[in-house]
Amino acid sequence: MNFRRAFFLLPLVLFLVLAAYFWRGLSPDYDPQTLPSAMIDKPEPVFSLATLGNSGALTTDDMKGQVVLVNFFASWCVPCREEHATLMQFARDNAVPLYGIAYKDKPADAAKFLQSLGDPYKRVGLDESGRTGIDFGVYGVPETYAIDRQGRIRWRHVGPLDANAVAKELNPLLRELGAS
Amino acid sequence: MRRVLAWGLLLALLAAPGAGAVEPGEMLSNTVLEARAQAIGKELRCLVCQNESIEDSGADLAHDLRVLLRQRLAAGDTDQQAIQYIVDRYGDFVLLKPPVEPATWVLWFSPFAILILGGAGIWLYLRRRGTGMVSGDRPLTPEEQRELDRLLHEDQ
Repeated sequence: MNFRRAFFLLPLVLFLVLAAYFWRGLSPDYDPQTLPSAMIDKPEPVFSLATLGNSGALTTDDMKGQVVLVNFFASWCVPCREEHATLMQFARDNAVPLYGIAYKDKPADAAKFLQSLGDPYKRVGLDESGRTGIDFGVYGVPETYAIDRQGRIRWRHVGPLDANAVAKELNPLLRELGAS
Repeated sequence: MRRVLAWGLLLALLAAPGAGAVEPGEMLSNTVLEARAQAIGKELRCLVCQNESIEDSGADLAHDLRVLLRQRLAAGDTDQQAIQYIVDRYGDFVLLKPPVEPATWVLWFSPFAILILGGAGIWLYLRRRGTGMVSGDRPLTPEEQRELDRLLHEDQ
């Protein structure tokens, strides 16, 4: 008898489980296309890139011993324009070095992009082949990475960075890492 | 004659292997390596379109990953090493066939669990309905049996 009663409860239980899933799916912060990074807590990939303005090569070593942000962008990427104001604001508010990597972009186009919208970056590396992007696990620009003093990737944001993500995710992390 | 030609053309088209999105310039001249690269590429997800393999996808990143995969194989990587190289960067999600591990047990085994549960449900239901149709387990009395026989042979 108890078993039969439990059987009638099954649809209710199923409904609650499904409702929980759908509720999560309806949340405005939930994007099913966003993937977790496989690189979290792993060392920053080793790279050496030519830079915009020929300031010598930008390498992994340049970022050693400090908390830095690495932002992949491209002049052909529309969401990158959307996020640019946030990056400009971040560079004004923070002493944390922000490095740019122009992903699969022509140097001249990247330069023009920064000329017209402003340049928030300490230095800009040129990843014309996209190979450094692959080493970071980039699957679509813009993507932003936070790297700690030990040179490990601690955070990755996919898509345009906005004030909300900076306030809710990035700033607490930077405080935790002792960078601000 | 024209009909035969049309059928021949149709069959030839159907028999042709799927071309995928691999561009001629990407292919390796070594056909053995190229075959291996294509087999691996079919198992790797394009992270931009997310439901296509990198062999089938026209996305830029898929192109870069195809080229990368071929470079790894040409440099002497085994299939396993080449796949691991990409999994290290993009995670298990890049595998179209996810590995069997505790985190994916629900994914792999829930269809069988549902099949067993459903089967058990149907079995219970049928068994109960089957016994419900007979009015008790009592055999027919002689009168009932005679009445049944009469009804069955009424027409003859």
